[in-house]
Amino acid sequence: MEMINLTIDNKPVSVSKGTTVLKAAASAGIDIPTLCYMKLEDMNIENKPGGCRVCVVEVKGRRNLAPACCTEATEGMVIDTHSIRAINARRTVVELILSDHPADCLICAKSGNCDLQNLAHRMGIRKIHYQGEQSMYREDTSPAIIREINKCIMCRRCETMCNEVQTVGVLSAVNRGFQAVVAPAFEMNLDHSVCTYCGQCVAVCPTGALTEADETGAVIRALSDPTKTVIVQTAPAVRAALGEEFGMEAGSLVTGKMVAALRRLGFDYVFDTDFAADLTILEEGTELLNRLSKFLEGDKNVKLPILTSCCPAWVKFFEHQFPEMKDIPSSARSPQQMFGSIAKTYFAEKIGVKRENLVVVSIMPCLAKKYESSRPEFSVNDNPDVDFALSTRELAHLIHLSNLDFNSLPDEDFDAPLGESTGAAIIFGTTGGVIEAAVRTAYEVYTGKSLPRVDFEELRGMEGLRKATIDFDGTPINIGIAHGLGNARKLLEDIQAGHSEFHAIEIMSCPGGCIGGGGQPYHHGDAEVLKKRQRAIYSEDKNKTIRKSHENPYIVKLYEEFLGAPMSEKAHHLLHTKYFDRS
Amino acid sequence: MPKIKLSERTIGLIKEVCASFGNQGSELINVLHQVQGKLGYLPAEVQELIARELNISVAKVYGVVTFYSFFTMIPMGEFPISICMGTACYVRGSEQVLAEFKRQLGIEVGQSTADGKFSLNCLRCVGACGLAPVVMVGEKVYGRVSTQMVKQIISEYKDGNVSEAKSA
Repeated sequence: MEMINLTIDNKPVSVSKGTTVLKAAASAGIDIPTLCYMKLEDMNIENKPGGCRVCVVEVKGRRNLAPACCTEATEGMVIDTHSIRAINARRTVVELILSDHPADCLICAKSGNCDLQNLAHRMGIRKIHYQGEQSMYREDTSPAIIREINKCIMCRRCETMCNEVQTVGVLSAVNRGFQAVVAPAFEMNLDHSVCTYCGQCVAVCPTGALTEADETGAVIRALSDPTKTVIVQTAPAVRAALGEEFGMEAGSLVTGKMVAALRRLGFDYVFDTDFAADLTILEEGTELLNRLSKFLEGDKNVKLPILTSCCPAWVKFFEHQFPEMKDIPSSARSPQQMFGSIAKTYFAEKIGVKRENLVVVSIMPCLAKKYESSRPEFSVNDNPDVDFALSTRELAHLIHLSNLDFNSLPDEDFDAPLGESTGAAIIFGTTGGVIEAAVRTAYEVYTGKSLPRVDFEELRGMEGLRKATIDFDGTPINIGIAHGLGNARKLLEDIQAGHSEFHAIEIMSCPGGCIGGGGQPYHHGDAEVLKKRQRAIYSEDKNKTIRKSHENPYIVKLYEEFLGAPMSEKAHHLLHTKYFDRS
Repeated sequence: MPKIKLSERTIGLIKEVCASFGNQGSELINVLHQVQGKLGYLPAEVQELIARELNISVAKVYGVVTFYSFFTMIPMGEFPISICMGTACYVRGSEQVLAEFKRQLGIEVGQSTADGKFSLNCLRCVGACGLAPVVMVGEKVYGRVSTQMVKQIISEYKDGNVSEAKSA
């Protein structure tokens, strides 16, 4: 590989050809500040518009300053990243951005996590020398995402996520000059658009322009209402990320502390979405085997591949963009909704509480779960199966509010019966996990034999599109995996064109799966954070005594006492759903 | 924004334009240019159809339409009036002429009269600076326009007596 030699801040640096000045500097331990730039290494996610000019540096012999993020290092370059000219230019840029930014940091949802605030702090900005007009754009609220466009700095990261990574195409820069904003077509509100609420725009927004619809107040009110029994479920990916909100290293597993905190917040029962994930496997796995058996018997009308349906953003995506394929995904509800449905029937009955007096709260790594819980088909007489869906970040906020010292809490266990789960359920939190969990059960049910090995390494990883063939005792089963909706689109287009060889496909909307969800602690562009969370998920699976969903004793009991069998009429009524053409 | 229904003819016409550019997303600006040339404006429904035909998002199409001042989402009048705001015209009083058109028609720049007869726009230099200030009505050019002439120009079209309109 051709190497380029240059000097940055008097240090000799040698990098491979094609490296940017920003990366070259980083390799020499020089941290040039950036704002619009974002790159998730190894995940094909990069935003490099060179628009904000915060990263400008002085290049000897060049008339103008160069943006480090999109200037290639060349042989013999001499760079000064902190000449007085570069510092002044950088300061001017930040002050100009601040001159049209609401100065409400004290009460902003992003305070403490804001890249612009951090930058102003790092630059030591004490005065804004420019005064001018302030943007006055209306606020847009939806069930999941709030757009406060006055706080937008036009970095275009959200646009990159929405268009290039997710291929949803809701957000675009519109208008020009001072009127320029990032908005949906015709500046309609998000809830009228084809937005999937995946929340990846929120996950990468450097400021408070995009945030989640906060429901913590409503949950606090429910918890203090003596007439209500309030129960909580926690999604698998939450426990692998929540610790980051309390200063822990990414990938710290905090399952026990999270349960202890929820109990101290006043929830009457602390349950686990993982229980419902095991239930999902029984329903979805049975559906897969039914379709597969018919197919192998020669039934050409059977719909294959079967697609997973746990991810609400993915569901909304195909309802808008591929409505003609809406009978291909599994009809199984997501674990969140299965939990709500079982809680408000089976469990409410068990503890003798009326449906109206039982409040179900979810803690989710996701913003689309807020939207999902508000879908009318998941309500009975206007009473939703899941009342409130909080993000991981909102849970952290509740814990802070309650004066708990999270890090010193003891490890506690979930309550029975909806808190018991297997290793198969925990891996729902990462890309590849749902299908691996399904394979563990489907294999044993289909072959009637015990799995020789539980770990399916061939289904794991961070590649956007993966495939593997699993031998079901002589029958090869082709599995596809996609995370990120842009990758999902590729698989769907293959199916549409009749090229797909897959029997089953797992799709998760967010890069990395739920561990990278729109409701998780902010990764600030560091892909390592996602990889560490993924490792945490697999280590929790490994430490579980039971690692196959169909061996969960409480699931077995639920079928015996209440549901009958997977795909029974009752199971169908409570645990399955249908999809709508939203094109 | 009230919904409009595109006629079969209009739909065919737009598809034809898109096809003539190979339904390439990179040809968006050319497609918008031609379609506006044929329809006079680019309402939401037209943008949606173009987005589908070129396989790009409507938000992108809308982004381009709102970026370039040439594109408009408001229908032009039967007689589009354009006032030159180029340097020569401006120093010779085109701003006052524009104000008089606004006053008499009761509309702002970028709007159309309720009867759909007139719309008002600004343009930059038609290459007839010797005639400044210049006003165009459709393809016709009026030179050395004064505020006093505005009423006369409008009435030429209002009465449907278009043939008498003189080109300067």
